[in-house]
Amino acid sequence: MEDLSRFKQTYFDESAELLAVAETGLLNLAPGTVDADEVNAIFRAVHSIKGGGGAFGFTDLVAFAHEFETVMDGVRNDSIPVSTDLVDTLIRANDVLGHLLAYAREGSDVPPGTTDAVVAALRRYLRAPDTDANTTGVAAPPPAAPPPAAGVPPDDEDDEAGIFGDALAAIAEARAAASEDAGAGDDDGRVRRIITFRPRHDLLMSGNEPAFLLRALRRLGDAEVECHTERLPALADLEAEHLHLWWTVRLTSGPEVGPEAIDDVFEFVADECDITVTIDSPPPVPVEPPQPVPTAAAATVTAAPPAAPPAATPVPAAPAAVPDAAVRREAGGAGGAGGGNGAGNGAAHTGLTSHTIRVDLDKIDRLVNMVGEMVITQAMIAEHVRDLPPGAFQELLEGLEQLAQHTRELRESVMSIRAQPVSSVFSRMPRLVRELAAATGKEVQLVTAGETTEVDKTVVENLVDPLTHMIRNSIDHGLESPEERERVGKPRQGTVHLSAQHRSGRIVIEVADDGRGINRARVLSKAIEKGLVAPGTALSDEEIDNLIFVPGFSTADAVSNISGRGVGMDVVRRNITSLGGRIAVYSAPGEGSRFVLSLPLTLAVLDGMVISVGEERFVLPLTNIVESLRPKPEDLHGLVGRCDVMMARGEYVRLVYLHRLFGIPRAVGDATRGLVVLVETEDGARLGLVVDEVLGQQQVVIKSLEANYRRLDGVAAATILGDGRVALILDAAGLREMSRHADHGGTRATAALPAPDAPAAAGSATLEPV
Amino acid sequence: MSSSTALAPVADRTAAGVVPRADAARTDAAADAGEEQYVTFTVGEEEYGVNILAVREIRGWTPESRLPNLPDFVRGVINLRGIIIPIFDLRARFGGGRTEVTKRHVVVVLQVGERTRGILVDAISDILAISRDAIKPPPDVDAGMIDAAYLSGLYTADRRMVTLLDVERLFAVETGDADALERRLPAAGRDVHP
Repeated sequence: MEDLSRFKQTYFDESAELLAVAETGLLNLAPGTVDADEVNAIFRAVHSIKGGGGAFGFTDLVAFAHEFETVMDGVRNDSIPVSTDLVDTLIRANDVLGHLLAYAREGSDVPPGTTDAVVAALRRYLRAPDTDANTTGVAAPPPAAPPPAAGVPPDDEDDEAGIFGDALAAIAEARAAASEDAGAGDDDGRVRRIITFRPRHDLLMSGNEPAFLLRALRRLGDAEVECHTERLPALADLEAEHLHLWWTVRLTSGPEVGPEAIDDVFEFVADECDITVTIDSPPPVPVEPPQPVPTAAAATVTAAPPAAPPAATPVPAAPAAVPDAAVRREAGGAGGAGGGNGAGNGAAHTGLTSHTIRVDLDKIDRLVNMVGEMVITQAMIAEHVRDLPPGAFQELLEGLEQLAQHTRELRESVMSIRAQPVSSVFSRMPRLVRELAAATGKEVQLVTAGETTEVDKTVVENLVDPLTHMIRNSIDHGLESPEERERVGKPRQGTVHLSAQHRSGRIVIEVADDGRGINRARVLSKAIEKGLVAPGTALSDEEIDNLIFVPGFSTADAVSNISGRGVGMDVVRRNITSLGGRIAVYSAPGEGSRFVLSLPLTLAVLDGMVISVGEERFVLPLTNIVESLRPKPEDLHGLVGRCDVMMARGEYVRLVYLHRLFGIPRAVGDATRGLVVLVETEDGARLGLVVDEVLGQQQVVIKSLEANYRRLDGVAAATILGDGRVALILDAAGLREMSRHADHGGTRATAALPAPDAPAAAGSATLEPV
Repeated sequence: MSSSTALAPVADRTAAGVVPRADAARTDAAADAGEEQYVTFTVGEEEYGVNILAVREIRGWTPESRLPNLPDFVRGVINLRGIIIPIFDLRARFGGGRTEVTKRHVVVVLQVGERTRGILVDAISDILAISRDAIKPPPDVDAGMIDAAYLSGLYTADRRMVTLLDVERLFAVETGDADALERRLPAAGRDVHP
């Protein structure tokens, strides 16, 4: 019972991925640009979902998936032409499939009529091209399907296999391929194969006798065996127990001998030799031969091909492909075509996916935590070792150096486990663009780049909302209507560029449109109207552009469905800053706007500046720091006797003495003898933080203070420094808030850092704050 | 729990204090044997005890990092194998002033609910198996003396008096854990509203 539910979980997880695959594929599908691989991928996805659903008895889901799949199959074999209308229907079908999966997951009944409309729409396509003799009924065979030879999988028998998703797909592929190979034999169904058998030197050591294998091959049909001796060393160098020979066998066998028979012969030595099997027969039908295998080439050179063009579809029968063999066998049987050799497609497909495993996120987080600890311990040891007399303990020092290097690498590898390509977010955007374009009547093209850029999972997850907002904003506000674009001499179709790249340890994401740009006059007048800016204020272009991030600002004249509720860009900015990121906008009137997001690669670590005050050390996030300087006495001024201000970069900033704010004894306390770190909070306010010393920049692991205690004013989180001591990470906005109040005893909540439930925030995963 | 009043037997009170914790084993042990083990330690001349099931480990003193703007008894935070835990100075907590730490001072790491925290004490003295019947209620103290809310009872061992602490309540005040405080106050036996 428990086992079944675990499988179900896997099924739902996989189905969610498959749905996404199908959706991506569908969105790429357009009249004229039908990519067979893509169509196959969609078909496979739907088919796998259906198969697994059958195994768990989700009858509604299976019935619907069947309809969907039938149409996809029609698309696949070109009997249903691709039209925009069809794509829309298929996208809707994909959504419905998603709903059905959700119902199945909850275990609730599907409301009647959920699928009716889409099923009806799907069936329209089935009737159209073919005869309407065989079109009705859910259980009817796929009406638009071509004769079985074209590879329609008979559905009922392989449904149980559906949970293994890709195996199924491989079967489907293999069947298709098998039928293609149907003509690969001689007229009487006899198949000629060229088998090269290159045992490793030590084959004999494991008690295998090549002569037996060759004899077994001979039993399968007429075999012509050629022995190659060129690897044989000179007698003086000969190791009698090593095997230096290899063989080419030309095997002609009846249709009853499938590739599985040959696999069986080599079953026990598959790991100890290279074997290639090549179908050698007239009409060569290499539809899409996979990368040629070197040994196959050798085979065709040494073996004089008997009256036939060589090498149709070389099949790598390397040990790695053994799991595929099982699949292939089934395929051969079902296809009923004597020499169906399985085809590289199916093998390549399973090969792609079988190298991943599904791991519980908690386990990875634990690993990340432990590595974090190791890094700290290593740094701690390194610090102690520094005190050792130089020259002595040379080996110890070298060992530690190596340890440090490995630790660093380990940390990077572990972090990269959590990393995900941004494509999981980017792939949602084409659909959004499509819908928005339809809703606004604009013609929009989305161009994406850098989808493979990787960033921590948590960051990826938190990117969805901001990006959605920004793309909405670009299409709704940025792009002009097609008519307007034509008038100003731009192509009717507007373009939105979405790109991601790594830049100096951060990920930079850009959303750019070629629309009208920010209308600064309108933004300014709107801001004045809303009381966000005092009338008559002189603002630079940049400052005006940045007004769109101010809460409550919206320029849309009419509130639309899409954006214009005044909760757009300010929310984006808040989301981004809460991830430790920054957002900037660049706009040129008439040419478009460009939003640039810069985010840390992970929420678990932070680039910080370590500062000291008295005997305490603190970490200030690098994103907050503008510069640090030591002011001259004449730069400092008292303001109404209460607080000090300092002239920095042409403006007065208020000085905040950290030792006073935090009550730290034995601090320098004088800005002219200590340092002033010019800090900018997320909302753009600046202040000068007076500290004793700046110790240096360091990447620190964010740790929760709340997990075991509570949050504190002016403190965002904590971290552990190289010596194992705890240092607090300062919250610039919180410090500013504190310094405004004469008494700083209250508990105001301000957060400049992400809630440290990020992976490496040790313990916070298991210890939840009350 | 609201049924326990000032007159309720101590045993009931202890049991009531145990139940809200997720620690089922502890409840069982208490019910079966009627006896619980306490780790006792000294702060100055006084001896205190905490239930052994709340003790996660005992470690030597390591320098703490101070936390700003907090009362004296919050020493700061330390790194306990990668997690950050607060350390409370028990001497300061009971009004004895800030402890001048030496290498011989000890931190008792306690698991309170989901949270881990440490208390700084002078030295560990003993582990006692204490029958619940042997625990005397704390003397009636002024309701204004909130400290008394942390005491779960008194025990006499070889003519020494051991003050048993209720760790959950001990930290409820500092962490603003109003819930825990609320939950525990009726059990303390004072000011119970029907």
